[in-house]
Formats: sequence, C-alpha cells, structure tokens
Amino acid sequence: MRISVDKKSIITGSVIIIFLVIIIRLFFVQIIDKEYRINAENNALKYETIYPARGLILDRNEKILVNNVISYDINVTPYDVKEFDTVAFCNIFSLDTAFVKDKFREYKLYRTKIGYQTLTFLKKVSFEEYSRFIENAHLFPGFAASPKILRVYPYNSGGNLLGYTSEVDADFLKDHPDYKMGEYMGKTGMESSFESILKGEKGYTIYLRDAHNKIHENYANGEYDKEAVPGTNVITTIDAELQAYGESLMQNKVGSVVAIEPSTGDILAMISSPGINVSQLANISKYYAELSSDPYKPMFNRAVMSAQPPGSVFKLANGLIGLQEGVLKPQNRYPCHQGFVVGNLRVGCHSHASPLDLYEGIAQSCNAYFCYVFRNIIENSKYTTSQEGFEKWLDYVHDFGFGTKLGTDIGSELAGNLPSVEGYDKLHGKGRWHALNIISLSIGQGELGCTPLQLANFVATIANRGYYYTPHIQKDTEECRIDDRFKERHYTKIDKQHYDEVIKGMRLAVLSGTARIANIPGIEVCGKTGTAQNPHGDDHAVFACFAPMDNPQIAIIAYIENAGFGATWAAPIASLMVEKYLKGEISPERQYIEDNMMSANLLGKVKVK
Amino acid sequence: MANKIISHKLDWWLIGAYLLLVIFGWMNIYSSVCGGEGYVFDLSQKYGMHLIWIASAFVLAITILFFIPSKTYSVLAYGIYFLMLILLVAVIFLGIEVNGSHSWFALGPVRLQPAEFSKISTSFAIAALLSKFDFTLSNRKSFLTALALIVIPMLCIVCEKETGSALVYLGFLIVLYREGMSGWILLIGLYAILIFILTLILSPFVAILISIGIISLIYSLFARDKVIVILASAVIITLLAQLPKLLQLDFVSRFTQLSSDIWLAIITGAFAVIFIIISFKKKWKFLRNSLLVYLLSLMMIFSVDIVFHKVLKDYQQARIETLLGMREDPMGVGYNVHQSLIAIGSGGVTGKGFLHGTQTRFDFVPEQSTDFIFCTVGEEWGFIGATIILIVYLFLILRIFASANNQSDKFNRIYGYCVGCCILMHVLINVGMTLGLMPVIGIPLPFLSYGGSSLWSFTILLFIYIRLDYDNKL
Repeated sequence: MRISVDKKSIITGSVIIIFLVIIIRLFFVQIIDKEYRINAENNALKYETIYPARGLILDRNEKILVNNVISYDINVTPYDVKEFDTVAFCNIFSLDTAFVKDKFREYKLYRTKIGYQTLTFLKKVSFEEYSRFIENAHLFPGFAASPKILRVYPYNSGGNLLGYTSEVDADFLKDHPDYKMGEYMGKTGMESSFESILKGEKGYTIYLRDAHNKIHENYANGEYDKEAVPGTNVITTIDAELQAYGESLMQNKVGSVVAIEPSTGDILAMISSPGINVSQLANISKYYAELSSDPYKPMFNRAVMSAQPPGSVFKLANGLIGLQEGVLKPQNRYPCHQGFVVGNLRVGCHSHASPLDLYEGIAQSCNAYFCYVFRNIIENSKYTTSQEGFEKWLDYVHDFGFGTKLGTDIGSELAGNLPSVEGYDKLHGKGRWHALNIISLSIGQGELGCTPLQLANFVATIANRGYYYTPHIQKDTEECRIDDRFKERHYTKIDKQHYDEVIKGMRLAVLSGTARIANIPGIEVCGKTGTAQNPHGDDHAVFACFAPMDNPQIAIIAYIENAGFGATWAAPIASLMVEKYLKGEISPERQYIEDNMMSANLLGKVKVK
Repeated sequence: MANKIISHKLDWWLIGAYLLLVIFGWMNIYSSVCGGEGYVFDLSQKYGMHLIWIASAFVLAITILFFIPSKTYSVLAYGIYFLMLILLVAVIFLGIEVNGSHSWFALGPVRLQPAEFSKISTSFAIAALLSKFDFTLSNRKSFLTALALIVIPMLCIVCEKETGSALVYLGFLIVLYREGMSGWILLIGLYAILIFILTLILSPFVAILISIGIISLIYSLFARDKVIVILASAVIITLLAQLPKLLQLDFVSRFTQLSSDIWLAIITGAFAVIFIIISFKKKWKFLRNSLLVYLLSLMMIFSVDIVFHKVLKDYQQARIETLLGMREDPMGVGYNVHQSLIAIGSGGVTGKGFLHGTQTRFDFVPEQSTDFIFCTVGEEWGFIGATIILIVYLFLILRIFASANNQSDKFNRIYGYCVGCCILMHVLINVGMTLGLMPVIGIPLPFLSYGGSSLWSFTILLFIYIRLDYDNKL
C-alpha cells in the first residue's frame, strides 16, 4: 500500500503547523505563563527587596564574635516622586530645604541616566527619624526607608580572622548577578570564606502599579512574594577567651601564635600580630589607607602567609625520621664539644653535659646530636647514594604537612617551601653533595620555609602520636556540616612508639631542659624551644608545645620575629596560653611571667622598610 | 506603460502585506530606539536612517516593477550567481569585521552584507537549473548539481563566520522537495536532528533505543504485517533496555569492560549488518535502506560528542545547551533569550501600547531593533498584535506558494517557492529565537528589522517575484 500525498499540500500544511507552533508558544509566553510576567525587571510590578539578616559568627562555646545591628537608609526613586511638602520632609530628618532642592536639581540633570532607578537619599538615619518617616511615608511618594544591617564585634579579638564586609564592587557584580549595587558582602577572613553560609537569601514583596505609576495592593495577595531567609550562623572553632588573651600577650610584638585541638584539628586560636583592631573592621573604608600603609602590615595574616625556617623545633622531625629509619636508637649517645665538628665544618652548640642520649638531646636542644642523626639518615647504608637518602627524608617531611598547603578553610594559605634534589644538584653539582653539605637542615635551618600553621599542625601530629586532621576554623555542627576532608586522619609513615620516645624528650625539656619556663604546675606540658637564625636581623623566637602529655587538648606554636631566644619570649607566651586554656587562669607563681609578656615591647627590634 | 492594466495585474495583496510590514517595522524601530521622544528624521538615529533605507527600497521596488524586463533574471541567472559567489569570497578577505564576522563591505558610511543578497542569486540559479528542459531531480548527477548550488554559498557564508545566515539556505531543500526530490531526505534530516538532541540531553543508550523505535515504526507503515513488526520491535526494545542491568551482574561484568551503550551498538549493529547482507541478496530494498539508516544513526550517536565538542564553537555549544535546558543561565548565554521572553511575556494580551514598552527601551534586550525587533512587537502590541503580524507573514508565504503553483513558466514557479522559503526560514528562526524555541542565531526578521541589506534584499526578492507573476498574467 502506497500512501500518495500531494507535495503542495504537505508544504502548505507544514508551514501552517510551524506558524501554529509559534503562535501557541506566544500564547503560553504572553498569557498562560506567569513566570515571564513576574520578574524583578518587569516594570508593571514593583519589587521591594527584603534583606535577610546576615548570619552571626560565634566561637566554639557559642559566644558571639560578630553580631548585627540595624540601621536605616532613606531611598528615593526620582521617577516616582510627586510634589511633596519639602518643609515637613525636612522636619523629620532635621534637614536644610536647600539640601533637598540641590539633590532634586541633580536628579533632574541626570534624569535620563537615572531612569527608574532607586538611589540612596540619606544614609544611616536614627531609629526616631525612621519611625517618624514611616508614619508619614504616604505623604512622600517615591521615598522609602530600607533597613540595612551593620556588623558589631562584642569581643575585641580576631580582627584578621573575622575579616570585614563592604559594598560589592563593580567587577564583582559582573560575574555575580545575584548581588546588586549597594549590597554588602564579606571581603576578607571568615566573612569572605563563609559568605555563602552567612549571606542568607533575599526575598521580595511584589506590588502592582497602575498606568499612573501608583502602587496598588500586594500583587496576587502575596502569592508570588518571597520571604527572606536569614543567613546561617557560623560556629567557629576559635575560643574567644583564648584568642583575646593571646592577642593581649602578643601586643607590641611581631609574629603569630596558632593553637590547635589535636583530637579534632580545630583551630583554637590564630593570632597574627600586629593585627586589625575590631573597632576598625566595622568602618574599614575609613581605616583602609592607614592599615595598608602601616609598616608592620596588620592586614597580612602571618599565621598562614609567613613561611620561615622553623629552627630547633624541627629537630623533633629529624629524631622521628631517624627512629623510623632504624638509624637511631633512643639510647644512642653522641658527643658534643660545643658543637659538631668534621674537618672544616663546624655547627656550634651551647655548653651542656656530653655525651647525651636522645631524650637529653631534645631537652638540651643539642645541635651536634641532630647533626649526627641527620647524617645517618642521609648516608644510610640502605641507600646507594646520599640523594636517595635525602629523597626518603623529604618523603617523611612532606607527610608532616610541610611544603604543601594543608587545605584549611582559611583563605590565602601558603605552601611554604622544602629543598629538593634538583636545587642541591644545581648548587653543588649533580650527585656531588652529601649530608654535610646540607647539615643545616638537621637543626631546622637552611632551605626550609614553614608557616606557623604548619608548625602547629606538626605539634598536633606529635600530640596525636602519628596523625593529624587538616586544621580548620569552622566547627562541625548539626546545622552546618563541614567538609569530610576535615574529618579524615592524615597518617605519617612513622610508628606510634617512636613518637612516645620523642615526647619523653619534650617532657624532659620542660622539666629540666631549655623549656623550663613553660613548666606549669599541675599540667604535664611537653615542649621544644627553637631559635631560628635570620640573616636580616635578630633571631626569631620559636616554641612548640602540647599538653597534657596523655590525652592532649591543645597543641600550640608561638613564632615571635626578631625576639631572640625561644625560651625567653616564645615559651612564656605559648605556655601562658596553654595554662589559660586548660585552667582558665594563671597560677600566682607564674603571674610575673604574664606581666612581663604583656608589658614587653619588641617592635623596636623589628626592622621595617 | 498603461497604469490601468498594471493596477489590475499586479498582486496588490502581496504589495499591501509588504507595505504593512515595512511601516509597522519602522514604528517598532522608532519605539525601541527612543520611545517616541526623538525627531523622526534624525539621521544620527537608527529610525532616521531606516527611513532612508525604506525610501530607497521603494525606489528599488518601482525600478524592478516597471523598468527591468522579467526575462533578465532567467537569462542572467548563472552570471549573477557567480558574481555573487565572488563577492561572498571577496568579503572574507576585504570585508570589515563586525561582531567577529567578516561579512560586511564598507562603502563609505554604508555597509552591505553580500550574504543577504546571495539568497536572491541562489534563487535565480536554482530556478534556472531546475526549469531547464528535461531536467529531473531523480537523476543523481542533476540532483547533486542542484545541491551544490545551495551548498557552495552556504560554505562561503560559514567561512565568513555567519553560520546563522547559512542555515537559511536549508530552506531551499523545501524547493527541491517541491520539484521532485524525495521526501525521505527531508525526513532523514529531521530524524538526524532529533537523534542529535536526544543523544545530548538524554544519553547515547536511550538515543539508540529510540532510533530503533522510530525506524521500526516507519518500517511498519510499509510492511505487510504491521502488527507483528510493531510487537516484535516493542519486545526487542524492552529486552535491550535491560542490558545495563545485565551488565551490572557480577559474573557478566567480569568479562565485559565496555559500557552498556557500546554493547548495545555492537549487538544491534551486528544484527543489522547480517540482515543488510541478506536483504541485498533478496532485494528487500526497504529493509536494507532502513537498516542502513540505523547503522548511520549509530555512527552519528557516537560521533555527536566529537561533533558537539570539537566542531562547534564554545558559544554555539552554550547556545544549544541553553536551548535544550541543559544549563540554566539567565545571566550568561541565556541572557538575551531570558530578557526577550520577559519583554514579550510582559506584553500580555493587548500589549503596553505603541511607545509604552519599557523592557525593550531600557536596553534590557540587546540588538532590539535588528535581531530582537519581535520583542518590541510582543511587548507593545501584545498577543493580539504579534499574532496578527505572524498571520500577515503566513498569508504572504502561502499566497506566494499558491500563486507560484499557478505559474505557467517553470522558472517563475521555482523562484516563487525560493522566495517563500527564504521568508519562512527567516521568520521561523528569528521569531523562534526570541521565543526560546531556537538557539540564538542572529538573523533579521524580514521587512521588520532595522538594516539596509536585509530590507533591500527582501524587497528585491519579493518584487522580482511580483514582476514575474505580473508578466505571467499578461
């Protein structure tokens, strides 16, 4: 059976069908579908935006770090303004009539540019003015009050961490159509990293206007209105008291302190000093120039952005690697005659008893001891070349989280830097270098750049006897789950029993070694001092510790630039913070240390450009 | 020439529809550019310039109607066609760049786009070739010649980076169909587009199943045992749909590393090849062709990915993905269409009235006086106005087709169909685009859009036909 059809009719029929399809589509777009009629740009419907309250930022004990207060702006849509009683209007806001006249002259001048836009007429009017205006709003068509939310900071701490909000800029608007000119967003710190959680969702009320541009009732009884969804509060891992206390200890010093809860990776405190004062945050535009020209760079978050040699704290890493590689037994004793001497090479040390075992080596921070250890790691007979030994060493160091971004939720984290075979090949010639050429790595000097956060994470790894959680600043809560990567244990390749040996040494350092000042009555503190040499000026003082020895609750690093000996400056500050965190107060016999630290001013020792 | 005779023999309906569209077009350009606040003859503005284009288009129309003998076109058809091809190629090298395409000649202040005019020359060439004595499209060589006439200017225009304008030439296939080309070619073309879309939005697996369904359904129409064919294919498709489940089974997946769509293609492809060989021997032509089409669609389904991601440019991919709803993007690629739909949607039943549109005036809709002029129509004149305009187009096209069917001269008839199809393709693509039915392809709406090239070319196209039709009635 053949179906014969006239081609002319098929063509005519198809053309008619095509037009029918178009007309049906037109019918849907113009008459049936309300989606296209209800749209913020549609001028027959007037949209009034309802702004959500921005989420608060709380500390780990739900103390408020950042709160909201409402302020009111008066907006005007010049297109909608009718003749109004200027005098009455000026009375409400105690304005000069000339001010209003000037404004309107301006609007008239730029009327084509302004079009239907709404502009800000008065900023931050008082609540009384606002209430008076609302009562009489019907007398002033085209004017409207809009509440705006400002940030306030109940705790004077954590300026750098919290960050500030400011008006969105034009560049940002191009890629983010959900923001509108004049709205606020987080620019730095937590305000910026948690913007998507904090900002909430804008809503709107739709009003109908008639041909005379008069606003009538709520469109479709509010069926299409959208309520604003307030932003979610962010609970941080920060302990507000500890943070504030640390900041007061660090005043007039340059450096940073990072404290981590080893069992979770929660960052308890992160201080970068000098920092931004919270009183400057709320009005950042006013202080911005001053802050950015400050020679001490208060906007620079040293805790994650400043990579420096770790100094003697790094001896712990070498000890652990030596134990795991089997080239070191805790009982091994090495001599030290005020240093490590091989031929022309000499690494100096202070005077102490000799020879020492591993525990004493850590406690006394003996340079010679760790030179021997490091040399044995690199020139291990297991490997054919020093380069191979060095690669193995690098592997372990990498596993501690050095030389790589840890992947925290704090912005602008740096990776720091580690030496490489290629780098040494270039410096000494391919394959022509040995442990002695790179011996400064044994004591944490040389081509090592570690951020304070990485060091704190290293201490937490020791406290956990072998693993760490990626440090983070957002607390995991029912309402706001954090990423699974923060709940994942990162293991090092070093067995647990080796950590116990090193920790014994750290405990000894506090009891009878270089870190005696960090000994807190009633708390078993394990610590390690460091003094990082610095070609540009005085040495940096470093101290790493955790406590209590069993079931550690806090791991902390203090890195104070150009301060001198770690035991003199860094150990007191870190141990005071540990004491404050674990006991809530400083014991009377240690009170003098607190007084000394609070009043010390080391800014003069820091060279600024 | 005697005016009285002319007035009786001219197709005043076509002229009336033309005038209506042109004047209405100018009103909408005026409204969309200035909202009624500008001086009408302001030549610095588009509406002022467009008046000049309209006036010159009228001069062209009168010249064509009264001063150029209608035999000119059939005699000079190929000459004009080749001249136009030279211009199309020349513009690639000599033309100025506008929005990334090299399709415009700049002659002082005036810019002309050869691609707009080559529609006319291509229509001449097609009409001349197909009207040749003893020419038949069923002859393979003749058919390929006709196809080449269409494809060559298309390729030139694609090289000018005006892919949208090139698509219009597909409309000439309708003319070939009218003149004897098999309808299967058009159907297979539509089928290919459908499979392309299904592969993109669903998956190769589903696309293969659906292509089996479509082919067996069409096959069943011509088979002797319709019911059996339909039932059998339904069973086969249902069974094949279970393939992914089978592959998930442990003992199967141990041996099979390939994905389910590749297995489906291998299994069904193998059967198809076997049956093709059988049907070659037994001369079951229809079965053979159906299976060949199936094999081709398999190849197409597996090359869609390559075609889509390698051949099409990023913005073209984005436009197609937006159209198919694969990405929600009212601020990016979808911006134009989203704004255009809001503008048209806000018109409602009766529209906001002439000069009272707000969406189109405040630069919400880009290119509003050229490619998106239909937005102004929709917003200011509403559903009623827009529908009337569409009906005027429909009337214009169908009247051209109807009167072309009555031409005693074959050249006239074929040329008439070419004119109708050009207008049809432009309206379909342009209006379809503003309504989100078609991807964003920047081509003008005939007679309404701002622009000299477009208005001139459509005026010439239409009035040559009116003149041919007039001579036919003498």
